[in-house]
Amino acid sequence: MKVTGAQAIVKCLEEQGVEVIFGFPGGVIIDLFDELEKSDITNVLVRHEQAAVHAADAYGRVKGDVGVALVTSGPGATNTVTGIASAYMDSIPIVVFTGQVPTALIGNDAFQEVDIIGITRPCTKHNYLVKDPKDLAETIREAFYIARTGRPGPVLIDLPKDVVISKANFTEPKPVKMQTYRPTYEPHPGQIAKASKEILKAKKPVIYAGGGVIASDSNEELTELATKLNIPVTMTLMGLGGFPGTHKLSMGMLGMHGTYFANMAVSKCDLLIAVGARFDDRVTGKLDEFAPHAKIIHIDIDPTSISKNVKVDIPIVADCKYALTAMNRWFDVQDDFNGKEYEEKLSPWLDDINDWKRKHPLGYVEEGDIIKPQFVVQKLHELTKGDAIISTEVGQNQMWAAQFYHFNKPRHFLTSGGLGVMGYGFPAAIGAQMAAPDKTVIDVAGDGSIQMNIQELATARQYKCPVKVAILNNGFLGMVRQWQELFYDKRYAGTDLEVSPDFVALAQAYGAVGLRATKVSEVVPVIKEALATDNTVFMDFVIAREEGVYPMVPAGKATTEMLLT
Amino acid sequence: MKHTISVLLQNKPGVLSRVTGLFSGRGFNIESLCVAETLDPGVSCLTLVTRGPDPIIEQITKQLHKLIDVIKVVDISESDYVEREMVLIRVKAESNTRAEVLRVIDIFRGKVVDVSPKSYAVEITGPQSKIQAVIDILKPIGIQEIVRTGTIAMARAKKF
Ligand SMILES: Cc1ncc(C[n+]2csc(CCOP(=O)(O)OP(=O)(O)O)c2C)c(N)n1
Ligand SMILES: [Mg+2]
Repeated sequence: MKVTGAQAIVKCLEEQGVEVIFGFPGGVIIDLFDELEKSDITNVLVRHEQAAVHAADAYGRVKGDVGVALVTSGPGATNTVTGIASAYMDSIPIVVFTGQVPTALIGNDAFQEVDIIGITRPCTKHNYLVKDPKDLAETIREAFYIARTGRPGPVLIDLPKDVVISKANFTEPKPVKMQTYRPTYEPHPGQIAKASKEILKAKKPVIYAGGGVIASDSNEELTELATKLNIPVTMTLMGLGGFPGTHKLSMGMLGMHGTYFANMAVSKCDLLIAVGARFDDRVTGKLDEFAPHAKIIHIDIDPTSISKNVKVDIPIVADCKYALTAMNRWFDVQDDFNGKEYEEKLSPWLDDINDWKRKHPLGYVEEGDIIKPQFVVQKLHELTKGDAIISTEVGQNQMWAAQFYHFNKPRHFLTSGGLGVMGYGFPAAIGAQMAAPDKTVIDVAGDGSIQMNIQELATARQYKCPVKVAILNNGFLGMVRQWQELFYDKRYAGTDLEVSPDFVALAQAYGAVGLRATKVSEVVPVIKEALATDNTVFMDFVIAREEGVYPMVPAGKATTEMLLT
Repeated sequence: MKHTISVLLQNKPGVLSRVTGLFSGRGFNIESLCVAETLDPGVSCLTLVTRGPDPIIEQITKQLHKLIDVIKVVDISESDYVEREMVLIRVKAESNTRAEVLRVIDIFRGKVVDVSPKSYAVEITGPQSKIQAVIDILKPIGIQEIVRTGTIAMARAKKF
């Protein structure tokens, strides 16, 4: 059967189960939008292509599936780069379609031509320029397959105008088989046994869980392993929700702004079990002093992650779910394994950790009427019963959200972890709301970051996304200001946001609701009103201007060298 | 440590820039790189010489393998192998040195491929050490131009 390129693309999207895409049109891609309009797929018309990609990223994270963005050539394509790079760093499965000038014009500096394949080569898992309409269907199937399997990631498909409009035979779907790409899912049984025996020997084990636990949906398997053996768990920013944050074995986040007890535990442990994490410098601090006494077990589906930064003793290349399941079964069939006995052996270790917890819990100092950002996040947690989907911008707001909203479930925390993109949170909240219409979705924002994609107020309104934006308004690019306070003698160069919009009036100008709290007593009423409002809401929390995020491990220092206040 | 890595790639546009981009993006070094089709026109073979401590070489092979278009990566310097490079050298050859140049070329089993009244262009093939030796000997006579192919290499067949 002969169909146009546009028809083939829409058929393939339907085949993949795509219901929502995030897009922004332009000359070379009108035909595809035209075709989409005839289908049941919803196009969410964003107001900036970067937002389309962040929204697709969040949509995919919440759904546990591939998010899709569609943009035009040239500037449309270049505007997606930040979103793609963020998804790449965070291993988020998305497929981005970009329009391209007709094949005959490629290389001629045609109007709105850009080599987006060249530009995105280092920040995609793979990318394709489709030159022949007969290759379209197979390319799209392969792209979705690559995006969602193995270590997930973004894939880009560049679509020259002539490929979108000309006709070719539509090839019927068959399972994708690639000669050169076969991710390893099953762990090596020998390595599982070796690792499990090492766990039995350990007196001070710690589980260090990352985004791989979320990506592989192995939170239950992880919880089973941790609770079976009573092993304390710490999570990376990307791993939050992979283990219940309110569980007594949870030590919260580790690293630069991790908890005192998580960082202490890692530095004193004799066995570190890394699950789907990549030893990022924000986690390890000074490398030679990271977990210096520990043997390291590392489960990861991507072999390049293993022994990249830290030498690993027992590597397990596998999907976290498969590996954790195999470990759990290994312990189940050990006749001489006695959970109670093991628990007793670990109890001095857990006592140490509890002492650290008591000595330096996460906290902040109240200051009369002045709103503390940590208090706002605590109240958000309380009033949403810990059940909201939280996205964040980047900076202090992001760290306070990570520290004080104790995530109990996976796929409820959306943040640009690896790239740290200011402007991620708001479009991500919209993407999340499109994926989960019945959920409360809150973007914990900074007054600086929110202005990087604030135009998405229009998108939120147009698609009736009742997302709530909690702006922790300190009048500063706060995280940078904090570094200047600590390491640059308080020289606040380029961080004072002297002029910002009236966020309440701005929200209202878009037909959204704007609320403001300037003192402590107003925080709860504002949150309650926002949660009760079936509209997009901006909450402007005017907070302590120079509040800092603590604990803090200064960049390049050992994780035990924490500043506590 | 020097490593010679052989990479089988799908012969498609842009694949080479994926490889070189990986090296520049991650700060790995490339000493030489040589690529051409194999018997199967859909597959090319790339031979790459790089230097680095073991953990870096391990990253290089893993990262190469991770590229979707890469079929196979072998660090051939891990076992027995043969390596060859070809060099074309234009060397000054005037009446007083013509005979000496020819003698040197002969010792290295090279060939004269172009002759002019004042120079010879010669072709020499061999492992890197031999190429370096020829260059060192011809340099005092006067090398006017030099073009090297970079190393290609092949693992030796198992001998049992
Ligand atoms: C696009 C982008 N530009 C610059 C930065 C560097 N940066 C990191 S945090 C930060 C401050 C963010 O300010 P704000 O949104 O007000 O958050 P706060 O730290 O005050 O909570 C900046 C500028 C970044 N992460 N992303
Ligand atoms: Mg701020």
